[in-house]
Amino acid sequence: MSDRETILGKIRRSLAVDTNDVGRRAIVIARLEGTPRGIVPKRGQLPAEQRVSLFSKMAEKVSGSVGRVAKPEDVPRAVAEFLRENNLPAAIRTGGDPLLAGMPWDDTQVEVSHGPSDGGDPVGLSHAVAGVAETGTLVLTSGPDNPTTLNFLPETHIVVVAAEDIAGDYETVWDDLQKRHGKGHLPRTVNLVTGPSRSADIEQTLLLGAHGPRRLHIVVVG
Amino acid sequence: MEITSNTFKKNAREALADPALQRAMSHVRSGFIDKRARAAAALPEFDEIRDTGRDIKNHTLAHLDLYLEAYEDRVRSAGGEVHYAETAESALETVLGICRKANAKTVTKGKSMIAEEIGLNEYLEEHGIEPVETDLGEYIIQLRHEGPSHIIAPAVHLNKDQVEESFRAAHTDLPADRDLSEPTSLLNEARGILRERFLAADVGITGANFLVAETGTSVIVTNEGNGDLTQILPRVHIVVASIEKIVPTLNDVSQIMRLLARSATGQDLSVYTTFSTGPRRPDDPDGPDEYHVVILDNGRSEMLGSEFKEALRCIRCGACMNHCPVYQAVGGHAYGWVYPGPIGAVLDPQLIGIEKAGNLPNASTFCGRCEEVCPMRIPLPKMMRHWREKEFERHLSPATARYGIGLWAFFARRPRLYQWATRWAMRVLANGAIGKGRYTSLPLAGGWTKYRDFPSPEGDGRTFQEQWAARRKSA
Ligand code: SF4
Repeated sequence: MSDRETILGKIRRSLAVDTNDVGRRAIVIARLEGTPRGIVPKRGQLPAEQRVSLFSKMAEKVSGSVGRVAKPEDVPRAVAEFLRENNLPAAIRTGGDPLLAGMPWDDTQVEVSHGPSDGGDPVGLSHAVAGVAETGTLVLTSGPDNPTTLNFLPETHIVVVAAEDIAGDYETVWDDLQKRHGKGHLPRTVNLVTGPSRSADIEQTLLLGAHGPRRLHIVVVG
Repeated sequence: MEITSNTFKKNAREALADPALQRAMSHVRSGFIDKRARAAAALPEFDEIRDTGRDIKNHTLAHLDLYLEAYEDRVRSAGGEVHYAETAESALETVLGICRKANAKTVTKGKSMIAEEIGLNEYLEEHGIEPVETDLGEYIIQLRHEGPSHIIAPAVHLNKDQVEESFRAAHTDLPADRDLSEPTSLLNEARGILRERFLAADVGITGANFLVAETGTSVIVTNEGNGDLTQILPRVHIVVASIEKIVPTLNDVSQIMRLLARSATGQDLSVYTTFSTGPRRPDDPDGPDEYHVVILDNGRSEMLGSEFKEALRCIRCGACMNHCPVYQAVGGHAYGWVYPGPIGAVLDPQLIGIEKAGNLPNASTFCGRCEEVCPMRIPLPKMMRHWREKEFERHLSPATARYGIGLWAFFARRPRLYQWATRWAMRVLANGAIGKGRYTSLPLAGGWTKYRDFPSPEGDGRTFQEQWAARRKSA
């Protein structure tokens, strides 16, 4: 007997159930299809503008920095300014994201290169599909538009998120993602990112910049 | 890993006499407890979500066979492979097989307690493959050839000078006169060294905090980002996880996510919560070409039909050990195997046998704090009692039975432990449903079988020692 059959058999013996119990199957199918929500904290259930404020406050609480611009055209200038203020090189690595690609980068001194990171890029730029106000969390999905390596290898990560994509809670984000990718389907990687990388493994002292970015800057658009 | 659970009392005595360990353990006392309390208090729904978390896990465990099948189906349709492993040996062989097929020389590893449980590092080394731990704490203990002393903070038993010593011994190609006096310099050194290992690895192995049946997804939760670099850079990603990690849906994961980091480190959410589904997609510019999940049983399916079934709800947050006076006093290594603290005292006898770990359920002061803080509301003290009863029933030997009392007395005689534990328990009792002024049992006063009514000293939930101190002050 394979390990699979043995394990499933042992589980059924322990639970004293048999394989043909249609009632149990129906319960499981109902949950997988119905995907009931549990308790969604009131904290994030706010009107749009307050949701953005909560998102920013929570992101800053975990040592992210947050800027805000009115429209996509303003992003390159805001990014250039951030790089200057932090003495960072005016060069960013980004994927093929259409929102980012449509921005007037030529109006700035910032040099833009495209593709995944091999670890040599000081600054990565991504577009998050969503934000979650509850915890100041960014939601990034893999693919040619926003390669996952950009989220982790560069020392500085700049993430653009549209104000209208900031949800109150994770559940809303899952609904939206499933609408986009099909029910029961996700992109290869979905990263929930809450602040820059950190470790407290040495004497419980919290230090930023363990293996991932030391700095996380968020630009909210709109 | 050599199992030394049987000599717990000796281990504990040595730990109490070890000044470096005691210095390091003071960080647990100050680091975790207040942070958890603050994070839990800041979310008004926290306790209600603990109930839903418990219910989700109970529901999943009651239908575990079916959710495993649903999960497996989704992983396959996303292009991944699922391998079941009934035993540790079977899991090891499976992982080795995948590594060999990939011609792997080095393997990077995200932190995984399952990998510790099956002894993956030693096994890979024996077979000519070099495992590289990438979580900072795991990396430190790998250099020192030690096991983890905590399930989320594996190097919590060490001080920074000990880490410095290990780095100087291991990183010999770096200048000998470099300054490593600050934790930041240690972190930066590890970051630099591990960055190269990440980029060179052939296979990345991670654990999983959750396996989602709805989407066929494995979820890892980290603060460093090492788990992510482990799983996106190499060509092959292997997930090792145990059967009880299954959760039905993304919404269910969201409930438990709200409990995990708050209970573990007092964060609202860990920095990186990463959902991985299958290998990279055709037009993905990064990510692994192969994605394998090795699902381990190792005694858990039997637990499901036993009085220890509720322990399978555990999400490995570590809160029970952070709040355990015994753990705080002696650290994790005294427990003698990979899972320390109250959850270890319940799991270890099941996983390695009561003959080897039968002493652990006695490593308790019965203060009840572990159950009080467990996000999944696992009745840990009750389960420890079940093990003690089992041990007693088995009449293992008169000496072993007596040993239990001896161990209890050992802790009861340590005033610091005693004070801390009783103060907590009295407050719980005084605030609880039990009528004010009387306790049905006084912690530590009657062993674990006697139940007597004790008058509450002044009905105000203070211990004798606290009242004595107050009186002396006012006198
Ligand atoms: S038993 Fe509870 S408190 Fe302990 S690690 Fe598991 S979930 Fe956390």
